[in-house]
Amino acid sequence: MNLAAATNESLAEMSNVLVYSAMAVYTLAFLAHIAEWVLGSRSKVGRTAAALTAAGPAPAQVRVQVAQRGGGTAVLAKPPKVVTRSAAGARDVPDGPGAAGGDEKGDLYGRIAVSLTTLAFLVAAAGVVARALSVQRAPWGNMYEFSLTFSTVAVGAYLGFLVARKNVRWMGLPLVTTVLLDLGIATTWLYTESDQLVPALHSYWLWIHVSTAIFCGAVFYLGAVATLLYLFRDAYENTLARGGTPSGFARSVLERLPAAASLDKFAYRVNAAVFPLWTFTIIAGAIWAGDAWGRYWGWDAKEVWSFITWVAYAAYLHARATAGWKGRKAAYVALIAFACWLFNYYGVNIFVNSLHSYAGV
Amino acid sequence: MSKTETTERDMAAAGAQLSTAPKEELIQAGGPTLGVIGWIRWFWRQLTSMRVALILLFLLSLGAIPGSLIPQNSADELKVRSFKEAHETLAPIYDKLQLFDVYSSVWFSAIYILLFISLIGCIIPRTWQFVGQLRGRPPAAPKRLTRLPAYTTWRTGSAPEDVREAALALLRKRRFRAHPAGDAVAAEKGYLREVGNLVFHIALIVMLVAFAMGQLFKSEGGKLIVEGDGFSNTLTQYDDFRSGSLFSTDELAPFSFTLNQFTGTYETSGPQRGTPRTFEADVTYSRPDGGKKRSVIRVNEPLEIDGSKVYLLSHGYAPVVTVKDGKGKVVYHGAVPLLPIDNNVTSTGVIKVMDGYRDKTGKKQQLGFPAFFVPTYAGKGKGQMFSQFPGLAFPALNLSAYHGDLRVDGGLPQNVYQLDTSKMKPFKGAGGDIFKKTLLPGETMTLPEGAGSITFEKEIKEWASFQISQQPGNGLALAGAIAAIAGLVGSLFIQRRRVWVRAVRGDDGVTVVEMAGLGRSESAKLPEELADLAVTLHSVAPTAPEAEEADQAVEADQAVEADEVPAEGAQK
Ligand code: HEM
Repeated sequence: MNLAAATNESLAEMSNVLVYSAMAVYTLAFLAHIAEWVLGSRSKVGRTAAALTAAGPAPAQVRVQVAQRGGGTAVLAKPPKVVTRSAAGARDVPDGPGAAGGDEKGDLYGRIAVSLTTLAFLVAAAGVVARALSVQRAPWGNMYEFSLTFSTVAVGAYLGFLVARKNVRWMGLPLVTTVLLDLGIATTWLYTESDQLVPALHSYWLWIHVSTAIFCGAVFYLGAVATLLYLFRDAYENTLARGGTPSGFARSVLERLPAAASLDKFAYRVNAAVFPLWTFTIIAGAIWAGDAWGRYWGWDAKEVWSFITWVAYAAYLHARATAGWKGRKAAYVALIAFACWLFNYYGVNIFVNSLHSYAGV
Repeated sequence: MSKTETTERDMAAAGAQLSTAPKEELIQAGGPTLGVIGWIRWFWRQLTSMRVALILLFLLSLGAIPGSLIPQNSADELKVRSFKEAHETLAPIYDKLQLFDVYSSVWFSAIYILLFISLIGCIIPRTWQFVGQLRGRPPAAPKRLTRLPAYTTWRTGSAPEDVREAALALLRKRRFRAHPAGDAVAAEKGYLREVGNLVFHIALIVMLVAFAMGQLFKSEGGKLIVEGDGFSNTLTQYDDFRSGSLFSTDELAPFSFTLNQFTGTYETSGPQRGTPRTFEADVTYSRPDGGKKRSVIRVNEPLEIDGSKVYLLSHGYAPVVTVKDGKGKVVYHGAVPLLPIDNNVTSTGVIKVMDGYRDKTGKKQQLGFPAFFVPTYAGKGKGQMFSQFPGLAFPALNLSAYHGDLRVDGGLPQNVYQLDTSKMKPFKGAGGDIFKKTLLPGETMTLPEGAGSITFEKEIKEWASFQISQQPGNGLALAGAIAAIAGLVGSLFIQRRRVWVRAVRGDDGVTVVEMAGLGRSESAKLPEELADLAVTLHSVAPTAPEAEEADQAVEADQAVEADEVPAEGAQK
């Protein structure tokens, strides 16, 4: 059987066209996000400042939440309200109003940006599928395909959060920007003609191991973006709490982000949720390596860096449970952990000679 | 004691033992003053603290880095050797620091052994503590439930005892561990979180033990087999063999197999021309019970026989040659495996004729033919003997010839792919150069001065090399890995939380119900759950008629403590 003959040139061609189209649409989404930020009002600026200076370091404030359940049919009286308050010592500031800042025009651009991002995501996903069909295998045989899938999954996860009505719209601009960057790098430097896999990659473990690896990376990425913004926002809130005056940039941009506590919580949830899957990815990789190379673990560069990434995320989870390490320090650990993931993906393939490098740069 | 102090203590008691995480102790800068035992206890406490565990985790990942950047003996000794040649000053320093053997180095081992001692030192007390928590009961309700992260209250016409009873039943139905404590019901749920966490950490130890077992008892050997030849699993048959320090040779599983055929296919066109597409070794294996079976070994699909695994590692060509002496007598006939030196399987090796050859004068001599083989020849005069394609499209064999003493009997182990020319003389060609010729299949090279001939037969065999390994503990490692993931999921996704329901008769004779929840970490789920419980309990003990004012009164009461912020429910 001549597998090479199976490669369908026109499908590969189509995939390329789709990827370029997706980049064009992402660019439009990028511009719409810029418009959202620029036109978004700053009228809500000062909410954080007001909350922080009014309450000062006093005990946390009380928030009122209406119980979401309507109660049984028999209940005529209104159900009791649940009052929540943050733990003692935690700063309790309201989330920022978002990029549009409550401005209608800004919000309109924001919605346009999200729609465009959705469209670009669909086009890019079609590009990935076309690529997969053209090579008749999982589209993760080399770094080009990996990058393509990675950014598509990251955007998919972001849209998934939006659909689940999570407060993540603030992530739109940084995400679309980096996705454009990723696709740009993929198409200019990493491009590889569509082709079959070398025999060592021929295994159903490719589907399992690589798909989870990409998914973990994409979601870890969202966590890293949140962590980075948390650091900025936290510094901003600290300045305010100390009674200082933050820079104009902080006042106009950081003010619109969710509260540092919310960003931190989001990042933690995302990282914690993905960590077991990352553990699984490494174990699946080890099982595959056992079949392919005759040893489960051989301290190959890729294995080493997966391990380092894993230990770094474990350290992050530990840091959050360790007095004196919560907050900013834990956030630095999380960023280091993600940097390890990135290095494992780009660095190892490019700089280090690894058994895995046959996957093609 | 001031009021706030009492409240703080009260709150601390409510949250006590909500996890088994070790308490952080202040590090005493000077260390203890209690002599040797004091020091040991101090050291042990440090080692098993979360902070030191964190530092050790950091060190472990830092320590793993050099091994990925510096060539490792365990992975590629050749690369280490060339690195050492290229970096003459650096290499000895690296050697001292064991940087060529990072993962078996003293310092790397020290880090992970310390980490695992720390882990054990952490797990044991935590397990006891957890058992204690399971035996004990959730702590009684703190005095001021309003200070807890989630709180609700209402007034009802039902009697306090009835409300408490209903609350107890409700909480138990929701699988809380609940018990009445004074004027309140105390309940807790989510113990599986701790179970998961302990299982995860124990699973890490299980995995380490499994790896250690694997290292100590493993055996691993390589064997190159030409099509048609066989192998039986005894020590002498291996080309090379490594084993763990506790391995004994009678643990080798008794089996044998024959390589019937090796098939390799390659991309024939396009930019990736020559990239391998399939590698398959067709083998027949026999088991100790005498049964024979046919099977195919592929790169990702090792053959498992009796707990040993046979992996396909690499492949190459073994041209079949026939060597005759001056009288036409066949002194050698067979396939000679040659080693590939590039991706297109340009191969080199030596054909050695050890016995049976006599020169013109009848004297015993040995012959050696350094060989270059290309499966796809560029053509005569087209540059070097480098293959153009890994498949057998246009095979050619380039030979030169030596005679003399191969020095194979000297007892020194000799590389079968190299010729020791110290006691060999080349046959000379017409111009006085070394006698050399490139043959196509079927062609014969006649040695000068009637010294005989060598024929490159039309049949060209392939060889495959296999790794046969046996490693106990894999099942255990896998079980540990699965337990680790399951434990992690439990540990990260299950919330451990406490709920208190207090029902007391107010001054006006109406029952006041208060409910509050406390989790280990803040979670949006906790208020939701509390609301859900409250709604259900409320349906049993509905709000008393004059509830409207009373509700407000309570809210106003809270507002005294802290400012109220407008409803935030819309934003998560
Ligand atoms: C081999 C090294 C270790 C790894 C990879 C590791 C990994 C983890 C992970 C991923 C978690 C997160 C689960 C969670 O947040 O509930 C965790 C939690 C925890 N680990 Fe470890 N751990 C290691 C060693 C240790 C050691 C030595 C200790 C003792 C000092 C320890 C004590 C804890 C505790 C108390 C928690 C629970 C924290 C909490 O309740 O949030 N671990 N560990």
